[in-house]
Amino acid sequence: MSKPRLPSCAAVILTLALCSRPAEAHLNSSGMGPIYDGLMHFLTSPEDLVPALAMALLAGLRGATHGRRALFTLPAAWLLGSLAGLAAAATGGNAVVAALWFLLMGGLVASDAKVSLRLTTILAALLGLYHGYFNGSGMGQSVSAILGVVGLVSAVFVLIALAAAFVVQLRAQWARIAVRVAGSWIAASGLLLLGWALRGG
Amino acid sequence: MRFLSGSRGLAAGCLAAVTPSALAHMQAGQATGFLTGFLHPISGLDHVLAMVAVGLWGAQLGAPAIWVLPVAFPLVMAMGGMLGFLGVPIAGIEYGIAASAILLGAAVAFELRLPLVVAALLIGFFAVFHGHAHGTELPPGQSALLYSMGFVMATGCLHAVGIAIGVVHRWMWGQRLLRAAGAVVLVGGVFFLWKALGGAA
Repeated sequence: MSKPRLPSCAAVILTLALCSRPAEAHLNSSGMGPIYDGLMHFLTSPEDLVPALAMALLAGLRGATHGRRALFTLPAAWLLGSLAGLAAAATGGNAVVAALWFLLMGGLVASDAKVSLRLTTILAALLGLYHGYFNGSGMGQSVSAILGVVGLVSAVFVLIALAAAFVVQLRAQWARIAVRVAGSWIAASGLLLLGWALRGG
Repeated sequence: MRFLSGSRGLAAGCLAAVTPSALAHMQAGQATGFLTGFLHPISGLDHVLAMVAVGLWGAQLGAPAIWVLPVAFPLVMAMGGMLGFLGVPIAGIEYGIAASAILLGAAVAFELRLPLVVAALLIGFFAVFHGHAHGTELPPGQSALLYSMGFVMATGCLHAVGIAIGVVHRWMWGQRLLRAAGAVVLVGGVFFLWKALGGAA
């Protein structure tokens, strides 16, 4: 952090701290502080974790360039979406859209779609913005919520880094097919979730 | 990632798959949702026979059927599950499940070499019945997403068991063993059809 920015940053944090409200119920306590709360929220929320994992698998299947693009685009978009969500009133994500994300990302992985780098970037950005927004909107407006977002986005970054790197280095045909099978499972789960959502819960 | 390679990675994946979620985070019913879904296909012998037979048949047919069939089955099964969720009635579900065991068992027993498209359509047709049964049997109060992920993963694991057994197809004695296994599935299917027709009443 550069020196001139420190006072303004401290002022923002102090203002936020003074204006903070009790955290909404969405971000559950892990007992280890808000950063870990955010991290654990991501890791224990399959509706967030699985599409992000599918993004990593897709990027990994397409190679290191796509992996690097997703590695920075998805967490950045997730951060932006979360910050936008923090400023918004608490809203819940649309179950149909969540199911469609499963279907889309799982389907692309299962079919080993030859997506362009631009499409990878767009998908990562949209995925991050969408999920980040609903994560952020459920966290309330407090310093701990901001720290929770930091933890959450860190978890997204680590997941993409590990999963995409793991897939990129796969050379055996059967190993790449196993990744595609995982994609088909994600798409199948999305189809079922869609049925559930259309039924109305 | 070397420490996560091979059997260690598989063991870690299995442990991660069956580990209950943190109760502090998950809403009530979600943790049991995954396990309920995962155990559902395994607890029904009719499902087990048909799904293992898909893997066995894929192993007999070789590439690309060995992975196309296990990818197609969960996807079409999920469509059936969606219809079940939505309450769309399909007549003769139990007959369809029993018939799937009979025909898939026969395909393995006689080592039928159908064109890939025909084989995929055949297992896709029967997958609808299995999926519909799963969808209509979703216990109230369970998490649809975790339940769906559980039973899709269990289905995939059953296919994998069939494929793993099918490795013996490279030896002459193995081919005979697979045909015998197909005959067992066929007999099991006849039994379940007899039960569905009211024979056990």
